[in-house]
Amino acid sequence: MTATTGYIGKSIKRVEDKRFTTGKGNYTDDIQLPGMTYGAFVRSPYANAKIKKIDTSKAKAMPGVVAIFTGADLAAVNGVPCGWQVNFKSGATMKEPKHPLLVADRTKHVGDPVAFIIAESREQAIDAMEEVTVDYEKLGCVTNPAEAVKPGAPLVHDDIPNNICFDWELGNPKSEVNEAMAKAAHITTLDFVNQRLVPNAMEPRSYIGSYDPVHEKYTLYTSTQNPHLIRLLMCAFVLGIPEHKVRVVGPDVGGGFGSKIFHYTEEALVTWCAHKIGKPIKWTSERAESFLMDAHGRDHVTKAEMGFDKEGKIVALRVNTFANLGAYLSTFSTCVPTYLHGTLLQGLYTTPKINVDVTGVFTHTNAVDAYRGAGRPEATYLLERLIELGSLEMGMDPVDVRLKNFIPPFDGVNQPGYQTQVALQYDSGNYEGVLKKGLEIFDYKEFRKKQKEAAKSGKLLGVGFSTYIEACGIAPSAVVGSLGARAGLYEVGQVRIQPTGKVSVFTGSHSHGQGHETTFSQVVADRLGIAMEDVEIIHGDSDSVAFGMGTYGSRSLAVGGSAIVKSLDKIIEKGKKIAAHKLEASSEDIEFANGKFTIRGTDKSLSFGEVALTAYVPHVYPKDLEPGLDFVSFYDPANFTYPFGCHIAMVEVDQETGKVELKRFVAVDDVGTVINPMIVEGQIHGGVAQGIGQALFEGVEYDEDGQISNGSYMDYCMPRADDLPMFETASQVTPCPHNPLGVKGAGEAGCIGSTPAVVNAVIDALWSGGKRVKDIRMPLTPERVWNAMQT
Amino acid sequence: MNVKININVNGTKNNHEVEPRTLLVHYLRDTLRLTGTHIGCDTSGCGACTILVDGKAVKSCTMLAVQAEGHEITTIEGLSKNGSLHPIQEGFNQEHGLQCGFCTPGMIMTAADLLSNNPKPTEDEIRHALEGNICRCTGYHNIVKSIQYASKKM
Repeated sequence: MTATTGYIGKSIKRVEDKRFTTGKGNYTDDIQLPGMTYGAFVRSPYANAKIKKIDTSKAKAMPGVVAIFTGADLAAVNGVPCGWQVNFKSGATMKEPKHPLLVADRTKHVGDPVAFIIAESREQAIDAMEEVTVDYEKLGCVTNPAEAVKPGAPLVHDDIPNNICFDWELGNPKSEVNEAMAKAAHITTLDFVNQRLVPNAMEPRSYIGSYDPVHEKYTLYTSTQNPHLIRLLMCAFVLGIPEHKVRVVGPDVGGGFGSKIFHYTEEALVTWCAHKIGKPIKWTSERAESFLMDAHGRDHVTKAEMGFDKEGKIVALRVNTFANLGAYLSTFSTCVPTYLHGTLLQGLYTTPKINVDVTGVFTHTNAVDAYRGAGRPEATYLLERLIELGSLEMGMDPVDVRLKNFIPPFDGVNQPGYQTQVALQYDSGNYEGVLKKGLEIFDYKEFRKKQKEAAKSGKLLGVGFSTYIEACGIAPSAVVGSLGARAGLYEVGQVRIQPTGKVSVFTGSHSHGQGHETTFSQVVADRLGIAMEDVEIIHGDSDSVAFGMGTYGSRSLAVGGSAIVKSLDKIIEKGKKIAAHKLEASSEDIEFANGKFTIRGTDKSLSFGEVALTAYVPHVYPKDLEPGLDFVSFYDPANFTYPFGCHIAMVEVDQETGKVELKRFVAVDDVGTVINPMIVEGQIHGGVAQGIGQALFEGVEYDEDGQISNGSYMDYCMPRADDLPMFETASQVTPCPHNPLGVKGAGEAGCIGSTPAVVNAVIDALWSGGKRVKDIRMPLTPERVWNAMQT
Repeated sequence: MNVKININVNGTKNNHEVEPRTLLVHYLRDTLRLTGTHIGCDTSGCGACTILVDGKAVKSCTMLAVQAEGHEITTIEGLSKNGSLHPIQEGFNQEHGLQCGFCTPGMIMTAADLLSNNPKPTEDEIRHALEGNICRCTGYHNIVKSIQYASKKM
């Protein structure tokens, strides 16, 4: 039996807040090392250009300049590889150009670095940067993936025909899908762009590399979501330096949203250069550089068709996507449009025939990789737009159409998991439950009445739904390995009971806003029956944490938390043996509850603290048992977890200006068992806001020269406080059947569900006014909405 | 040529020589090592560097250190008194107004300015006051509630 002090399910205030609200956070750029120097990059102003000559002589003579490196100096250093191999349909390996740390011969996107300047101060490095002259020969470029595959398009890599990295297909054979589609009573088609986004974590990326010649040891401080993964990639694949001589620290990190998962070239470069010059080097990205260099998200050009029978049951889904990968392959770039997108196209529906075809394409743009949701928002957008547009076209209520198509409830224990047409097996779900709860909160029937009334007076109100599912808790190693992942995706949790019964927990998960120090402490204190204050969570340092795969894919609690629970189970098991010996009983007769080891049915017991002390002062101790109470566990999940939910947006569209006002947003999410409702709600709020950002405000615009024309906070519009309403959130709990906490993950849900709900609401508003608009390209700016209304 | 400056920061007088081009935010972070004031952009768009200059919220990346000569500066490190949290700091904890914490100091300083001028702001007034500060984590919902909490408490 498990001890409990009732921490699970409570909105405990965060223990990490004190340092952040008093200015005592410790982000990478806050760290100063003795003798530290500063780096700055000379970056290509052209998307595609031959480097004919680089002259650094004048810059080298500038005050404070310590060294300047160019691509020629790094001939012996490998480029950064991709972390996931996707094969062509033919079976051939994907095209994988390595990402060089500095470009020697030809730049491939605006911002590609050609020289790295190191100086005694940041200002001196920037001053010297101005004095480097580079002779470029500008060439033609292509930024749109659907254009890049056409014959004659400029090539990003001369040896990669048609800029195609891979082509890929999943689901039922095309012939079967085509046959089902041919029988459909109605087919809804959308040709659309899921636009490119910039993650925009508020803390710009920052790295400090240093080298200690006495101990022959490197240290890299990095604003990363996964320090161990960075160490592994950098040591084994890029720099070829011994992993045990490298310490990677991810201190406080100011948001990630995916963009800080990947191993960036600058991380390896500051580490390598620090060894060369014998001094620590700090490089902190300017925001303008973040726009150019932080891996972007989304960027799909898609044609999708959904076939319905005359009752509104979906009979087939056919999807064709060109996914923009950018000029180089970022760490997980290739799995995002394939295994995190194609596999989600079952949605919540019983669609019997599905085929998805994805072409991964190189363009002269910055890399695209996982951004909050990663592939799943693209899948959800496509499905939820199609089902809702289909409903409008067929004259049916989108709620009725969803209810007709939902997979019936299953708990994954008494009823089996649901096998999709696109490889996944859902763990547990009650999809109509979240929709019905959402309808109740929103008061749907009443709204439809109001909408009709409003339309009569020329006011356009709209409601949009999104009933989404996602796969997270990433991921079973054997499964992802068979799909091309070059890593295992388990997690590591070490629980060290100190002799006085206090607890140090070392986790491979990394917190950059998620509140692990609070949530994980709740789990540990609950299981051990001790006070939360007696638990400390340590993360982000490869020298103290045994190993780790880090935080992304809403995996921290489902995978990292489960690893901690595994260690806790071992501790309780060993504690029982220690207690049994001291109490002169059999360990089978010992039960652990409320922080006490008790002989069952008696009042003879030992406290957790007494057992801990005995483990370290083993005078009266079982003969065959090691002293100490400290376990490391690796947890490899049995399956993905599948959170789901229902998001409902209500908008008003101004007929005169096209401006969309988001009036209400209801989110009912089922993320499995909830440890801390306050933190889960916070994650949903933030995700919803980012998803609304995609729908209404955000999107990278490349001009014909491959320049980002909105690459600053003056030009790239993120939601601000006065753009958003208070959110109405509610939860449903369908526990995950295959992990010990029953948790599914909450980090990405909001961002996956919200975007199509908002767009659907705008479309619904226009239809309510008799304007049968099928699609408006995101973001739905007033100009685009107004133009759509005129046609 | 470097310039001598005298700036009162969080009640302490500081005398330093700085390059005339030194931004106030760099002076606070690099020279005084008050790293609670953050830099999130290059265009005065994010508000992470917001501090109080003579009680008014100012983005410290829009000011040169030399312009702060003779002024009273308060940074996030100077907001709590006698070891107890300022009601706004408390509100951010109680209402979960922060996640990664990077925008938080700027949000709190902006809120301090708002509440000193308008102790009982409406939700709209709070949202309007926060226009110059970007948070990517919270969707602002709980930041608004945090400031409402502080408003009640102050």
